[in-house]
Amino acid sequence: MRVLKFLLQKEFRQILRDPSIFRILFIAPMIQLLILPLAADYQIKNINLAVVDHDHTQYSQKLIHKIIASGYFKLKDYSATFPQALHSIESDKADLILEISAQFERKLVKESKADLFIAANAINGIKAGLGSAYIQQIIQSYNAGVRTQWIQFPRFDPQPTIEVTYSDWFNPNMNYQYFMVPGILVMLLTIIGSNFAALNIVKEKELGTIEQINVSPIKKVYFILGKLIPFWLLALVVLTIGLTIARVAYGIVPVGHYITIYIFAAVYLLAVLGLGLLLSTYAQTQQQSFLVAFFITMIFNLMSGLFTPIESMPEWAQIITKFNPVSYFIEVMRMVILKGSGLADIKSQMLAILGFAVFFNGWAVLNYRKRS
Amino acid sequence: MKNMAAVVVDNIVKTYRIKKTVVQALNGISFSVDRGEIFGIIGPDGAGKTSLFRILTSLLLADSGAASVDGFDVVKDYKQIRNRVGYMPGKFSLYQDLSVQENLQFFATIFGTTIQENYNLIKDIYQQIEPFKDRKAGQLSGGMKQKLALSCALIHKPSVLFLDEPTTGVDAVSRKEFWEMLHRLKEQGITILVSTAYMDEASLCDRVALIQKGSILSVNTPEGVTEEFKKPLWAIRANEMFHLMNDIKDDPSIESCYPFGQYHHVVFKKDGNNKPILEKIVQKGNYTNVEIDSIKPNIEDCFMALMKE
Repeated sequence: MRVLKFLLQKEFRQILRDPSIFRILFIAPMIQLLILPLAADYQIKNINLAVVDHDHTQYSQKLIHKIIASGYFKLKDYSATFPQALHSIESDKADLILEISAQFERKLVKESKADLFIAANAINGIKAGLGSAYIQQIIQSYNAGVRTQWIQFPRFDPQPTIEVTYSDWFNPNMNYQYFMVPGILVMLLTIIGSNFAALNIVKEKELGTIEQINVSPIKKVYFILGKLIPFWLLALVVLTIGLTIARVAYGIVPVGHYITIYIFAAVYLLAVLGLGLLLSTYAQTQQQSFLVAFFITMIFNLMSGLFTPIESMPEWAQIITKFNPVSYFIEVMRMVILKGSGLADIKSQMLAILGFAVFFNGWAVLNYRKRS
Repeated sequence: MKNMAAVVVDNIVKTYRIKKTVVQALNGISFSVDRGEIFGIIGPDGAGKTSLFRILTSLLLADSGAASVDGFDVVKDYKQIRNRVGYMPGKFSLYQDLSVQENLQFFATIFGTTIQENYNLIKDIYQQIEPFKDRKAGQLSGGMKQKLALSCALIHKPSVLFLDEPTTGVDAVSRKEFWEMLHRLKEQGITILVSTAYMDEASLCDRVALIQKGSILSVNTPEGVTEEFKKPLWAIRANEMFHLMNDIKDDPSIESCYPFGQYHHVVFKKDGNNKPILEKIVQKGNYTNVEIDSIKPNIEDCFMALMKE
C-alpha cells in the first residue's frame, strides 16, 4: 500500500505539471457543453420552400400564407411550372416544393376534395422528413379551418375528425436541452475516461519508462491502480463541472438525487477506464491507442441513444446497444435528472455496468505483462 | 555463496518473428561472470546485446536455454531478480517531467528503500548533479542524464548492475569519467555487466565477451583477446589510400586489409619478413608519403579477425 501512495503521488505530480492535460480535461468539456447542446437542436427551422401555384385563388393564397406564418418555412421560390421549381431544388435553393393544382379552390368547394403535391429534397433525410411532416400538419389544420367555416351549411355533413391533444410527461415543454445536456455530459466522460489513462500508460511505453517500472518489484495491480485512480478522480471532477454548467447555464436541476448520479458515474468510470487500460495493454504507441479509442467511443456514442432513440434502431442494432456501456449511463442520467429515479430504479443498469467494469479491468490486468 | 558466479548464461536462444522473416537475435550463447567483475559485452549494433540484457533482467523470455543472476533463475525466480538487479537501458528512460530528486526518490520508494539508506553508494555520482536536483530530468545535459540514470539504477543497492550502452552518444571526457565511476562501484563489490559498441572501452573491463550476430566470438580478458591474435599485423599509410587498399587486397599472401583511422591495417597469412611485400606494392603503384610499421593488435583487430572466421 505504501508503494501505491508513492505511485499516486508521482502520477498527480505529473498530471498537475502538464498544462495541456488541464486544458483538455477542463476547458474543452466546458466549451463543448456550452456549445454542443445549443447547436444539436432537433427542431428544424428555416426550411426553404418553393411554391408552384397553378390555381392563383384566394384559397391557395390563404394556404401559402398559413404555411409561411408557421415560422418553419421560408418562401424562397415562386415558380410557374414544376420543372422550374425542381431546378431550385437542384441548385440547393429550396428544400421542399409545394405544388397546388389548378382548380384547387373549385374542387375543394364543389367536390370537397382537392389535391396538393409535396416534393422534398431527401439529401438531408431529417430535414426532408420533418419538413414534410410539418407541412402536412399545417395543411391538416388548414383543412380543419376550412371545414369549420362551412359547418354553418347544414346540408353538408362534415367529415368526422379526430382531434388529438397530448401532454409530455417529465419534460412538459419538450425542452430538448433537458435530455441533450446530460447525454453530452456522458459522452464527454466516456471520451475522457477511455483515453486519458490509456494514453498515459502508452506514453510510458513510448518513453521506455515502463521498462524501469517492470524491472522493479512493483506489483502490476498497484501499477494499474496507480494509473486508474487519478483519472477516475479527475473524471468525477469533470462530471461535477458538467453538472454545475447544466444547472447554471441550462437550469437543469435533477429531479432525483445528485448522489445517485455520482454513485452510478463512479462505477461507470471504472468500466470506461478499464476499457482504456485494456486498449493500452495492446497498443504500442499513443497514436494507436488514441485512434482505436476514438473509433470505439464514436460507435459507442452514436449507438447510445444520444442522438437517435434506441427504440427506432433496427433489431440487430438494439442488441448491439445492450453491449454499449454509454447507452446505460445516458438512460440513467435521463431517468435520474428528468424522472427522479432512485438507486432501486436503476438496479439493472448498475448491474450491467458493474459487469462491464469487471470484464474490462479483469482482461486488462490479465493482459498486462511485465515481461514479453 | 562467495564463489558462485554472479551471472551464468547457458545456451540462450532468442528469435524474433517480424512478419514472415525470422531474426536470430541470440544464437545459443553461454558465458559466466564472476562476482565483483566488470564484464564487457562488446559488439556492433544489432549483435544482440540489448536482447541479452533484457533476458537477464527478466523483461524478456528466452526461447530456450537457462540463465541465472545472483544464483536466481531469470524465469522462475524473477521476483528475487527484480529486487537485486539494477538496469540502465540504452535509451534515457526516467521521467522527464519530474525533477532530479523526484526521480531518485520515486525509484528509491518503488524498491522499498530511501535515498538516505544507500546514499553512500551513489554519493560520488549524485553529488555532481545535486546542484541541479530541482531541475526537471528532461532539461539535463546528456552527461548529467546518464549520471542520474546510474544513480536511479543504484539506489536500491543492487548486487548486479546491467548497463546497456551507457556511453553511446556521450562525449569523450564524460565517457572517461563514467568508466572511473564504474571502477569505484566495482570496489564496493557490485558486479557490473556493461555493453558497448566502442572497442576501445574493452580494455577498461576485467573481461570481455565479443559478440556478433547473436553469437559469442570470444570470452577472455582484454589482454587475452589480443594474445589470441597470432598473425603478423602491419599499419600502412600513403597519400593515395583508396588505390593502396585495392592493390594490397590483390596480393595473395595477404589475409585481409581494412581501414583503421589514418592507416590501413594489413594482416598477413604467414609469419616472416613481410615488410618487403608491402614495399614492393608501394613501389609498383608509385605511392607518395608512405609509412609502414609493424604494430601490436588491439581489440578491434581481433574483432575483425574473429568475424572472418
